[in-house]
Amino acid sequence: MTLTQQIITIALCALGTMATRFLPFLLFSSRKPTPGYIQYLGKALPAAIFGMLVVYCLKNVDILSGSHGLPEAAAILVVIGLHLWKRQMLLSIAGGTICYMLLVQRILIN
Amino acid sequence: MTNNPSFGQQIKLAARYAFPHTIPIFAGFWFLGITYGIYMNVSGFNFLYPLLMSLTIFGGSLEFVAVEMLLSSFAPLQTLVMALMIQARHLFYGIAMLDRFKGTGLKKIYLIFGMCDESFSINCSIKPPKGIDQGWFMFFVTLFNQIYWVSGAALGGLLGSLISFDTEGLEFVMTAMFVVIFLEQWLKERKHYTAVIGITVSSVCLLLAGPDAFLLPAMACILLLLTIFRKPIEKAGETT
Repeated sequence: MTLTQQIITIALCALGTMATRFLPFLLFSSRKPTPGYIQYLGKALPAAIFGMLVVYCLKNVDILSGSHGLPEAAAILVVIGLHLWKRQMLLSIAGGTICYMLLVQRILIN
Repeated sequence: MTNNPSFGQQIKLAARYAFPHTIPIFAGFWFLGITYGIYMNVSGFNFLYPLLMSLTIFGGSLEFVAVEMLLSSFAPLQTLVMALMIQARHLFYGIAMLDRFKGTGLKKIYLIFGMCDESFSINCSIKPPKGIDQGWFMFFVTLFNQIYWVSGAALGGLLGSLISFDTEGLEFVMTAMFVVIFLEQWLKERKHYTAVIGITVSSVCLLLAGPDAFLLPAMACILLLLTIFRKPIEKAGETT
């Protein structure tokens, strides 16, 4: 690839990304009221999207081999437990992550 | 504006309130960003590549894929289609943020430009308390996150293969963050139709289509189910 081709490739990646980010705002102007169906989607989508993103984060976990997704399952339980207990976002995230790192670094190697 | 002495103060307050919310992203982005920079470095690109790519594309998964595309032969159409497909989920984010971004003035352009998964998550789920301007709060969340990502990518590109660290498992910070946000959504709702739809549909699609191809069908099915069950979902009042 020449330098020009590289620049075009990178520019196209940026263009594709920006198209998906800007399109909803271009289609639904802020001056006119947003259609009811789109408003409904705006409210109903987040919970579904975050569910999807959790699955997305875990997409490469192999339940059938390796550690069978046990470190992930354990760490997620820690996150949920901590969060229901203290309801402190940072604490839940840090606690779960440290737990996961300990599990994959210390316990699974030995 | 001149007779509003608290304008500068307002910006400072928003920045100060935004920062702690971005700390988990800092950990995750530096880890992933540095990894990305190193990956580009060992693929034969100097640090300007990860620097400029993280600045202009600002979408992690696509940037990793872009390395592959830069190493292959020139295929502009395929590149654009790939970019659109990987980033299609941002359409959802945009629809969810249509109202939230209203009235943010010129900042809106940057808010949309920098709306990565993580910035969207925070801006969508956290409402700053009274006295803190939401527009500036969202602006700083987005800005801080992008600074973390770009600096991480550039640093990784500069350091290349020199550094070695035992940060295995740190990437879980992203999973933990999404689990917490999902849980917060769950606790807010009386009924959990949409949350269950999101998890179930995505899991089924993942099983059927595999990790590299499940996002698009998952999004299509989520959209379809939300449309079909609009009445009961709205009735349950969980969308307030």
